[in-house]
Formats: sequence, structure tokens, C-alpha cells
Amino acid sequence: MNEHVLLQTNGLTKRYGSVTVLRDVSLEVRSGEIHALLGANGAGKSTLCKIISGLISASGGTMQLGDEIYAPQTKQHAEACGVEIVQQELNLIGTLSVAENVLLTRLPNRGGVLQSRRLHEEARRILDRFGLSDVATFAPVESLGVGHQQMVEIATALARQCRLLILDEPTAALSGTEAKQLFGHLSTLRGAGVAIIYISHRLDEVAKIADRVTVLRDGKYVTTRETGSLRANDMVALMSGDASSNDAAKHQSYRTDEMAMQVRSLTCGKVRDVTLQVRRGERLGITGLVGSGRTELLRAIFGADLATSGEVVLSDQSNGRRSKGGRFLNPSQAVASGLAMVTEDRKQNGLLLSKSIATNTTLSSLRKRFSRWGLLRGVEERRVVIEIVDGLEIRCESIDQRVATLSGGNQQKVAVAKWLVCNADVFLFDEPTRGIDVAARRRIYRLLESLAADGKACVIVSSDLEELFETCDSIAVMCDGQLVETFDRESWSQEKIMQASFSGYVKPGYVKPGDVKPGDVKPGDVEPGDRA
Amino acid sequence: MNRSKWFQTIVQYGGLLIVLVLLILVFSVSSKNFFQTSTLVTIANQVPDLTFLAVGMTLVLIVRGIDLSVGSLLALSSAVLGVLMAKQGWSIGSALVAAMLVAGLCGTINGLISVGFGIPSFIVTLGMLEIARGATKAVTDSQSVYIGSNVEWFGQPLGSVPFSPAFVAAVLAVIIGQFILTRTVFGRYCVAIGTNNEAVRMSGIRSAPYAIAVFGISGLMCGLAGLAQTSRLSTADPNGAVGIELAAIAACVIGGTSLMGGRGSVISSFIGVLIIQVLQTGLAQIGVADANKQIITGTVIVVAVLLDALRIRWDQHS
Repeated sequence: MNEHVLLQTNGLTKRYGSVTVLRDVSLEVRSGEIHALLGANGAGKSTLCKIISGLISASGGTMQLGDEIYAPQTKQHAEACGVEIVQQELNLIGTLSVAENVLLTRLPNRGGVLQSRRLHEEARRILDRFGLSDVATFAPVESLGVGHQQMVEIATALARQCRLLILDEPTAALSGTEAKQLFGHLSTLRGAGVAIIYISHRLDEVAKIADRVTVLRDGKYVTTRETGSLRANDMVALMSGDASSNDAAKHQSYRTDEMAMQVRSLTCGKVRDVTLQVRRGERLGITGLVGSGRTELLRAIFGADLATSGEVVLSDQSNGRRSKGGRFLNPSQAVASGLAMVTEDRKQNGLLLSKSIATNTTLSSLRKRFSRWGLLRGVEERRVVIEIVDGLEIRCESIDQRVATLSGGNQQKVAVAKWLVCNADVFLFDEPTRGIDVAARRRIYRLLESLAADGKACVIVSSDLEELFETCDSIAVMCDGQLVETFDRESWSQEKIMQASFSGYVKPGYVKPGDVKPGDVKPGDVEPGDRA
Repeated sequence: MNRSKWFQTIVQYGGLLIVLVLLILVFSVSSKNFFQTSTLVTIANQVPDLTFLAVGMTLVLIVRGIDLSVGSLLALSSAVLGVLMAKQGWSIGSALVAAMLVAGLCGTINGLISVGFGIPSFIVTLGMLEIARGATKAVTDSQSVYIGSNVEWFGQPLGSVPFSPAFVAAVLAVIIGQFILTRTVFGRYCVAIGTNNEAVRMSGIRSAPYAIAVFGISGLMCGLAGLAQTSRLSTADPNGAVGIELAAIAACVIGGTSLMGGRGSVISSFIGVLIIQVLQTGLAQIGVADANKQIITGTVIVVAVLLDALRIRWDQHS
């Protein structure tokens, strides 16, 4: 193997405001190697790759590409230096044809007029080279399956001359056969001296194709090892580290025996057959890898997405309106039964950004608490909002201030305040501390505790294990749409939870029944999470 | 607190009122006849139709919709009034109820289809524009229907006062509309829906009934506007009120109502209507040619919106 170092990073750091997501990362990538990046959610893999490919710029540190200082300002700049990235999210334009997408940045033209024949011929050549001969060049990209779209995108990147190729979860949407094809191409590229940075949660895949593995944890560099010496379990151990996970002294449980909410065999799209229960005063954490269906589970419980089977039962049904099947048909029914959901993306679907703190705080309870015969009770509204703004220490000039002008932490407090005013019984939190500073985070943790002390039940989805360790009484782990294991304070550890999170991806022979035709799998032939 | 609220109110309406006063000043200087009671009467006489439409349109724009059918619905209500009063001998009261029911129903259908099926209201109401105009012609046989004094009184000044009942009713509609918008659950929900419908849904509110009702209200306003126009002309004209929907939208936008939803004020829209009407009347009085009148009106609309955009930008930076 060519030992020539192509990319070298020195002390790369990335800060967003007061939050540091990447801290002092130094690593070397050699020409002609497949270099896997491993780490739990939020370990900084994607951030690192975005810096290398010019999508974002680092707050500190330097890079060297070949013999030159490398500091890409834009993706175009990076591409000019021979660095290509295929991101996790598809970056194709659905309504344009496959050929147009493949050659989007260099459409063959004469004086601005498209040369259709050349376009399709060139695209055909590229697709054929990557075994996509069954994909028609004139088909609109949106008519292809996700797997094929992913392959088209990868082919587009591979077709360009590059020295360094970055692939972020390329196999997430690929079937086993497609993935194998991809690995074939990667080997060819490696042979041609291209360096490849490869991110994947599928550890067996990494073990098979990567030459070296670099592990990141909490934005920090941990180690780089030759893959040959590593087993999947070793990788998990390296990723999870040995953080103190049983800090029981600080934690006080308010869990009672009284049931607050039961979810039975809930199925909704990606979420399959999930059963769980929370008691009054309990704080239940839910974790799992990105894409394991955590958000989807909360949405299904809340009626935001329509579940296809299963039941959601709240203990106090006195004012509950529900469908016969025992599921909520819309969030309105869920709220009427005492459920509340603080959404992950507060700007998209949590808050009315251009409206005042007062309007946002009372939105869910306007009809019930702040109106009489349809007329607003403005004085009462202001009184309650001022009270809660003080109680939650929401920093603002007045309650008429627009929410958009608040800091992330204070915005999140407003999103929570809405449900406190509404007097909900069961709170669903989706990443409650995403993008907020340490002080606000502390405030949210205290709030969770006081909710529990008041006998409310909380379900907290988070990628941040430390957060769950600190706040929760128990933690359930999701993997590939299912709840795989639930841990108590006594039994949990970072490593056990990580094992459970990856369980669907490392167990040999993990193939969902029905996904594979007989004879497709030979004994010992591991199909990583085959999702045709 | 109170002072800043006053300040906000001044900022909100001040700019518009300045534009209105400036226009009046300019016309008073350039024409001796402008600043007189007779001009006031003329303007007050012209204003009600557009005001009713603008009240409904403001609500529709706030929930992020648009209603292009208001001109045709106005004509349809006018036709219903004409046929029922002149040919069937109905009283003005019962004929008005019938006209408002017809227009309100059409508006509700607009809402049901666009909100219920998620089709842009632009398209649905464009269809209704054609349908209602056709229905108008069918009802009247494409002939103007003369009604006469039974309806005229509604548009005539009340003795010594220079204002007609139609004008008074229009101002009442503005006041009630503003009240609904700012002081009721319905109004608050409308603003919320137009701001971020998904956030409203995730807050446990079913938004569809409110959005549909808004289109229904816009239809009812068309019924009232139909009466206002019919009383002014003494006649139901099946070819009348073509293009008035654009004037109504212009009035709302001049008043600062956002086409992107979530922001608007009925009072501001009313000032928008006054600005348009003063401009029309004033330009006619100083003898500007029709062609130039249109150019000037269009320019004022664009400038007004431009000023509003600048105001918002300034507002967000400070």
C-alpha cells in the first residue's frame, strides 16, 4: 500500500456560539486507503467531513493536502483541489433527469444551448461504468427508488476526478447487492490511489472494507487503528469510552407505581411494534442512532403521523377523546387527552417565530384557559404569561417580544412553557437541549425534575447519553424502528447502551424476514441491514 | 409599557396616515375643488364596496390564502338582489340575506376545496371567479336589472350627514373585523395558522375549520359589497366589478398585510382602500388622462409596499 499521506489535519476545532462540536482533531489520511470514521451521534464525524469538503469552515486548526496548505472556503474550492463529498442527505434535484443531475455542474452546451445527445451519452457512460445500466438517463430522479438515487449521487461524485472522496453513510439506503457493488468500486478507486474517508454505523461493513479506523468521541480524537486488529465490539468500546454513567448521588427518582401512559404494539412507518409504558413521576429516556426511529415514535404517539396499528392509552381518560382503535388521529386529540410534545425542530414546527412570547405561550390553551365565548381574556393571559416567564427565567424585554429575537435556550423555554400553561400530564421531549447553551440546559434539566416531582410523566428522546444519564430514571434503546432494550439506573452503562444501539447492525445474520428471497443469503454471508 | 404600546400603534398606522394626508394635501393644492364636502361625499360613496371586500380579503391573506373570486361573487350577489327585488318583489332585507347566503356558500366551497384538499387557493378561487361570473349571467340573462328606489336609499347620504348607510355599514365591518382579528380566539388562530400551520397543528389545534371559515366570511363580505354597489348604481350589472379583486388585494397590501400570511390589520387595509380611492378621485379631478391615472395608481401601490418592506427590515434590525 502506498504510505503517502494525502490529508493532514492539525488541531481542527469548530464552535457554534458557546458550543464546541469539534475539539482539536488531528489525523492523517493516506492516498490509496479507505479510512473509516467512527463515533456515536454527535461525535463530530459529519462536522469534520464538512470542514474537509469546504461546506463549513473551521474555527481553529489547519489542514494540509498533499504538500500544500489547504483551507477550502467553499465546496467548489474543495472540488477544485480534488476533494469530493457525498453527504448523507441526497442532494439531487428530483424533477430533473438522471443525466442532468449527473452532469449538473458541467452540462454539455454550445453557447448556452443544451446538447441533449452528448448529455445523455456522457451520462450513460458514467452510469454504465458503475453498474447502473438499468437506470434510464432521461428518467426524472424522483422516479427512482432511494437506493438508486443514492447510487446515482455516488456515481456522480466518483465520475469526477478526485484525490479524496468522502462518503457519509453511503449504504444507509442501499440494498445488500448495491452495497457490494459500491464496495467493489471503492476498492478500484483505492487501487488507483484515491483516499477515501468513510462514515458508517455498520461496523461489520467497516471491518470488511476499511484499512484504518479513526474513532471520535464528543468531538475529540480518540485513536486511529489498523482495522485488522479490531472487532466490532472493540470499536463500540472505543466509541463509548468510560464516562461515569452511574452518578446516582445527584439523581433523585420521583417514579410512582401509577401508570401515566401505555403504548402497545405501536406501528407507524419506520416504527415497528413498539411497546412501552411510563409512570407518573417517571422520566424515561429514549436513545438510539440517528435514523433509528426515535422522532417517528414520538410523532406516532402524539398523533402527528397516523399509526397503522397499536394503542396509546393515557391513565386519566376522563376528558380524553379518542378513536376506537385507541390511537390519536391528530395532535388535537392527543392534547385534549393530556399529552404534550416539545418538538426537535422548534423553528419548523414548534414556535411561531414572528409572534410574541405571549402568543406562543398561550397557543395550546387559548380556547380552554384564556377565552370566554370566543373572546380573549387579555388580562388573564398577560398575568399567566408574566408569571411563567419569571418562573422559567426566560430572558426578554417584555412578553410582547418576538420569539425570533430570543436566544435558542430561551426559545426552547417558551416551547416548553406552552405545555406547562396547558397543564399536560405526559410530556414528550424530542432533543430538548439541542443547540442551547449550558446554563439553559441546566434550567431544562431542573424543569424536567420539577415536572417529575409534580407527578408528570416525561419521555425524553436524546442523542446525548450524558444528558439521559443525568436526568432519567430509565433508558430505552431503539434500533431500526424497534425498542430493543430498556435499562434502569442500576443496570445501564454507556457501553451496554451503545451495544444495544448497534445491535441491529452487528449481529450476524441480521436480516429482516421477508426482505430476502430464499437462496439469496449463503451461510456466513452477512448482509448489513438489508433494506431493499 | 403603555407608552411603547402607543408608540407601536403610531408606527403601525402612522406611515399609512402620512401617505393619506400627503395625497390629500397634494390634491388640495393642485385642485381648488378637491378640499370640499362634495369630494368627501363622492369618496365616501365610492368606498363601501371595496371596503367590504378588503375586510374579507385581509383575513384570507392572513391565513396565507388569496381570494380571486370576490369580484364575481360581488356581481353574483348583486344579480341575486336584482332578480329577487325587481322580479320577485322581495324586500331588501330578505333579498340581502339570500345574496349573502349564496356568496357565503361559494366562499365556503372555495375554502373546503382549497383547505380540505390542499390545493392552492389561487387556483380554486380563479375557477370560482369564472363559475360565479357565468352564474351571474345565467341568473340575469346577461341583462342589467334595474331596481330603483327600493335599493337606492342604502347608498344615499343620510339627510344632513354626508355618509350613506352603506358607508356606515362598511366602517362597522372594519371595526368588527379588527375586533375579531385582535380580540378573539378565532382571530388569534388565523394569525397563527398563517404564520406556521405545522406549529399550530403540533400545538393541538385543528386549523382546517378556521381556514375554511375565513373563506366563508370573505364570501359573506362579497354579499354586502354586492348590496353596496347595487344601491349606488340602482342597478344589478352582470358585467360589473370586473377586476375589483385586484384593487382589494392592493388595498390590503398597501395596508401592510403580508401575502406570505400571518400579518395584517383590517384597519390598515381600510386606510389602503381610502388611499386608492382618494388617488382615483383626486386624479380625475385634476384632469389626469386615464392612461396616466393607471400608471400613477400602479406606482403608488409598488412604492407603498416598498416602504412597508423597508419598515419591516428596520423593525427587525432594531
